[in-house]
Amino acid sequence: MNEPNHIRRIAIAWFVLSAILTPIVVAVIAPTLPPGDATSAAANQLFDDTLLLGIVTPIAVAIIVYFAYAMIVFRRQGEPSEEGVATRDNRAVHIPWLAGTTVIVLFLATFGTVELADAGAGGGQGPEPAFKLSGDVLPVQVIAQQWEFTYRYPTYGGVETAHLELPVGKKVEFHVTSLDVIHSFWAPRLGVKADANPGVDNVAFVEPRQEMSFELRCSELCGLWHGYMFDTGQVVSESAFGEWIEEQKRVFAPATKALPKYSTHYFPEPERRAG
Amino acid sequence: MSEAVVKPLWRRLIGFNLLSGILLGIVGFYFGWWLGHQIHAPSLEYFADTNQNDVALLLGYLFAVIGFVAGLGFLNYPFSRMLGGPATQAEKEEGGVGRYFTLCTDHKVVGIQYLIGIGFFFFIAGMNAMLIRAELLRPSPQLFGAGNYLTLVGLHGTMMMGIMTSGILGPFANYFLPLMIGARRMAFPRIESLTFWLLMAAGAILMTTLFFGGFPTGWTGYAPLNDEANFGFDSYIFFFGLVGLSMTLLGINMIVTTITMRAPGLTWGRLPIFCWGAISTGILMVLAAPVLIAALLMVAFDRSVQTSFFLSSGGGSPYLFQNLFWFFGHPEVYVLALPGFGIILEILPVFARKPLWGYRTAVAGILGVALLSFFVWQHHLFVSGLNSSLRPFYMFSTEAISIPTGLVFLAGMGTLWRAKIRYTVPMLFCLAWFFNFFIGGASGVFLSDVPSDVATHGSFFVMAHFHYTIMGGLVFAFFAGIYYWVPKMFGVALNEKLGKIHFWTMFIAFNSTFAPLFALGLMGMARRVVTYPSHLQPLNDWVSVSAFVLGASMLIFLFNVVYSLVIKRIPAPANPWDSHSLEWQLPTPVPVENFERPPVINTDPYDYGVPPVALPPAPPAEAPAPG
Ligand SMILES: [Cu+2]
Ligand SMILES: [Cu+2]
Repeated sequence: MNEPNHIRRIAIAWFVLSAILTPIVVAVIAPTLPPGDATSAAANQLFDDTLLLGIVTPIAVAIIVYFAYAMIVFRRQGEPSEEGVATRDNRAVHIPWLAGTTVIVLFLATFGTVELADAGAGGGQGPEPAFKLSGDVLPVQVIAQQWEFTYRYPTYGGVETAHLELPVGKKVEFHVTSLDVIHSFWAPRLGVKADANPGVDNVAFVEPRQEMSFELRCSELCGLWHGYMFDTGQVVSESAFGEWIEEQKRVFAPATKALPKYSTHYFPEPERRAG
Repeated sequence: MSEAVVKPLWRRLIGFNLLSGILLGIVGFYFGWWLGHQIHAPSLEYFADTNQNDVALLLGYLFAVIGFVAGLGFLNYPFSRMLGGPATQAEKEEGGVGRYFTLCTDHKVVGIQYLIGIGFFFFIAGMNAMLIRAELLRPSPQLFGAGNYLTLVGLHGTMMMGIMTSGILGPFANYFLPLMIGARRMAFPRIESLTFWLLMAAGAILMTTLFFGGFPTGWTGYAPLNDEANFGFDSYIFFFGLVGLSMTLLGINMIVTTITMRAPGLTWGRLPIFCWGAISTGILMVLAAPVLIAALLMVAFDRSVQTSFFLSSGGGSPYLFQNLFWFFGHPEVYVLALPGFGIILEILPVFARKPLWGYRTAVAGILGVALLSFFVWQHHLFVSGLNSSLRPFYMFSTEAISIPTGLVFLAGMGTLWRAKIRYTVPMLFCLAWFFNFFIGGASGVFLSDVPSDVATHGSFFVMAHFHYTIMGGLVFAFFAGIYYWVPKMFGVALNEKLGKIHFWTMFIAFNSTFAPLFALGLMGMARRVVTYPSHLQPLNDWVSVSAFVLGASMLIFLFNVVYSLVIKRIPAPANPWDSHSLEWQLPTPVPVENFERPPVINTDPYDYGVPPVALPPAPPAEAPAPG
């Protein structure tokens, strides 16, 4: 029999390629990926992506190497009537395969849960968050309506502002709610995404670590002008934030008086056929 | 089939056929419309200021469907039975082209009806995608207003997700499942025809949304946006309701046929893997689609008679709609994917010239995916604020789907081990399927991880993911099926060279269209937006141009169809692929009754290949594939 040792060839190709590619993906490409590490939540997400890339890369290499090898070596070369080798099954293969995939899945689920325990990784967790940032937090309410976001700062007299500013290094507790349909508050660089449901207080945590301006937008289809529901927010120094919020309080003082009392949610009347 | 008297054309147009169906459907629509205007109550307050009478439109659609079905002759048999007529299975089988425009109980005719009907709507939905990509060439609206853009997005998504549920089962399972199991027909031939015509009625109804202002909700139709949406949303409701009905009936037919009509000797262990795909999909359809119908009925009531199932101000909950929708919606994506698994594993052995490796493993994989798909739906709601302590469970169950999917991959990889691959066009589509579906699956691992999903949910990343699984999975499998089975269905093979040009254009353009969407999503591009930050324009333009090439590749296919099936018409041999499967042992064209006598089966259809050579003194050189 001059049948070459296919398994050894494939294994060597896989080993060499993944030994080269995996470090490149993990150490060179992954750190450049969005959402970056400007906040606790974003860093958390990026860490997950990095680790997942580290696991997926060698698996992808294995699949591609196997298929490429099979497609080249196991192609028909001779007569049109050539037939393959009639093997039907092999326990020695599918039992380890099953065990391997199961172990990977169990690991991923455990790892994801542990990561999630870090303040919910920036996702909206509803009125009773399973994972919290403890200590001194700044509550900020995000109110979505067709088709803009406004923000209320309950610890600053419940003032409602048109733009979002956050102090750097301070833990923030977003309370996202809606006055009409479902929206979603998404600030990619902050690493925060939380659906805004009418009558629901959706809580998300984040700790901004550097001053920046960031894009934010609605990411759940909410009707006609959904595409225009975006804005730019700022993370500024503690003192700049203090000045800004005082000015907002002064400017919006008449409006604040007219607003309903701060509440975790507001029950709106449904507006039928608004858009 | 009597070739006696050829009646004049006008005479043949009168009777129970598509023409009568359309005419009665239009009459029915105006009757329902009129009725709705008679019975609407003043309590439907919005009607006064918007002139949008949902009751009238919904009734219009209802009577349109009844008229359509009656015109096609579906009510004849039940009525004749009610009036004491005989219980007969006999149908007047008209020969010729006329069969394709009627209630025809020949499963082979229904299969071809499906192929053409679905192809038509696939083409329209694909054109919508072209228009969407044309709009996204620029960061701000150029071609369509915000409202029309949303309608385009909604039409593309809804049409694809609705019509393509039957994309493989409709044409290929209806046609080939009875042939593969040695049966003369499906278990319920009249219902089989009904599923097709209901689907066509649904597609037509969805198109009429354009007369009623379109709808702004996308294919998900979330509450409470669906309550304030325009008139045109009623078309969405009726469309998906009919699709749900068609799916349920199709599923029942698949299950019952596979269980009860197998030929002697065709044990479960010898059932072709495509039939396993069909029966698993049937189970998903029967369990999931009724939930969709119920949810849509509730939406229709919310909109028309002012119930408030999904309105928080009236004691309802938008979460309820999301839960019901995705309880249907996740199995639905496997309704799209599973028949593809079946086709791929069915075709692979034929061109690898090897038995299907790990048959039981593959069946376990398909059934495992089907089962698990009912336990993952809240992964669509990770950031919705719904019960955050359940998220680890849904993360786990979603990741667990990769275990049975892995088994399907293993079966495919094992089948290639020491094969003698023949690179025909269907085989190319099969191999591409593994590539695409792997990327789709691997990106799904990122989406199932909650922290990672927070970054990508609702973005183009998700869109790239499900286009890789659905277009890369379902549509590639669909084309594999077409190139593979067309010689049996039409007696003529598609041109090999044009097929290869089609394949390579489609494969390259597909990847060049959807791979960059992963990057766009990570960079912050949300779905369903008509505007985007201008720094994303270069990548978006790249995607649009690739999408146009992808669209053009479909034209190559259409050209091939016209060239091979209409112009050249070179007769294909009865078994051009030298397949061992039962359907290829029949003559072409397949006789109306399929089999003269029920065939007796004593092996599975994968007995290809030469026995492994024994090496002295070791045991037979079994095929180990790398783990
Ligand atoms: Cu919005
Ligand atoms: Cu899902």
